[in-house]
Amino acid sequence: MSVIVDARGYSCPEPVMQMRAAEQQGKFPIEVLVETVTSRENVRRAAEMLGLKVKVESIGEDEYKLILER
Amino acid sequence: MLDKLTRFFASRWGIVLTGGSIGVLASALQRLGNPPNMGICVACFERDIAGALGLHRAEVVRYIRPEIIGFVLGATLAALVFHEFKARAGSAPLVRFVLGVLAMIGALVFLGCPWRALLRLSGGDLNAITGLVGLAVGIAVGVQFLKSGYTLGRSHKTYPAVGWIIPLLMVGLLLLAVFQPQFTEDGAIVFSTTGPGSMHAPLLISLVVGLVIGFLAQRTRFCTMGSIRDVILMGDTHLISGVGALVVFALGTNLVLGQFKIGFATQPVAHSSHLWNFLGMALAGLAFALAGGCPGRQLFLSGEGDSDSGVFVLGMIVGAGISHNFGLAGKPDSLVDGALTVGGISAAGMWAVGIGLVICLLIGFTMRERS
Repeated sequence: MSVIVDARGYSCPEPVMQMRAAEQQGKFPIEVLVETVTSRENVRRAAEMLGLKVKVESIGEDEYKLILER
Repeated sequence: MLDKLTRFFASRWGIVLTGGSIGVLASALQRLGNPPNMGICVACFERDIAGALGLHRAEVVRYIRPEIIGFVLGATLAALVFHEFKARAGSAPLVRFVLGVLAMIGALVFLGCPWRALLRLSGGDLNAITGLVGLAVGIAVGVQFLKSGYTLGRSHKTYPAVGWIIPLLMVGLLLLAVFQPQFTEDGAIVFSTTGPGSMHAPLLISLVVGLVIGFLAQRTRFCTMGSIRDVILMGDTHLISGVGALVVFALGTNLVLGQFKIGFATQPVAHSSHLWNFLGMALAGLAFALAGGCPGRQLFLSGEGDSDSGVFVLGMIVGAGISHNFGLAGKPDSLVDGALTVGGISAAGMWAVGIGLVICLLIGFTMRERS
């Protein structure tokens, strides 16, 4: 069961902060939903800095799901 | 191909390229006619636009700056090419307007936005140091609010036409800049004949430079406020490497062009009232942090369809009017008969900074979501 972080509509750094808060809970995989390329790239970079594996999927129009695993 | 370019622009080299380009181009614009140590200043240039439109009556700072128009339209172009133009709205726009007003009041107390603070430093103006320290302190306070749950809430997708309002406004400004119609005697559209407002590079060059920077900055998310915020918040040095490149390349260009003069006294369009340089930028930094971007970043976001950032931009332009009409802006140091007269700000300006800080703190304390 994935942990879902719905960061759609929030502007950075909030999606990154929400992702990091979920990461600290230690439950994986984490699915982060964002709706701008800026947020997608920021969350991706921050997750990679934390040593997580990142997979990106496009969901619908202009929305992205980042699946983060240890 | 577009994906590869996107990954490049998202890389450290992408942000360094953008910062370096801004440094070189800003210093070159100064050589081509823009005011000293003000090759590019988003706050000053928006203030000049406010003046040209008759929103304030400071005669020496009126000009429709094509760089600002270029920033927005360059970002629009980049967003369209890379399929990122997206109209969005609804994240506390009135609060963003207020933050824009306060950010401009703070920036004009210091006499510059973060970009100009960096460019002033690159030109040898050591007064910029207290301004930059103030900026960092203001952002650090904003980071504490972010950590405790501060947010202006979600934005929502909206009609594409909403996203086009600010880009079209810029097209309108460009037409006014080119044709300079006189609507009223001694009123809009009016350009300065003396002072910083009268100093400008050729319109077409300013516009093209603005377009290039707008394009690059939209792709790389260049943001001076974000650079400091990310270091404090997450130890992330990505954005600040672009800011570092801006300073290094501007300094190099200034040295080559003979535009470097180190010191505190009689620096161009600057004052050495250190406490108010610090406090003015602290106010601006806090307002930028609460609004999620420096003035440049707000322009780029408004170019890609973010109407909330557009509201912040409009707040800054109105803030410039308030700042000059109420005498809140900093007065530059001057040399009169060989004697240095230190500028600084009026009592009203001091009150405005204090009240602005209180309003920002109220916004930070009262707009928090608890998880």
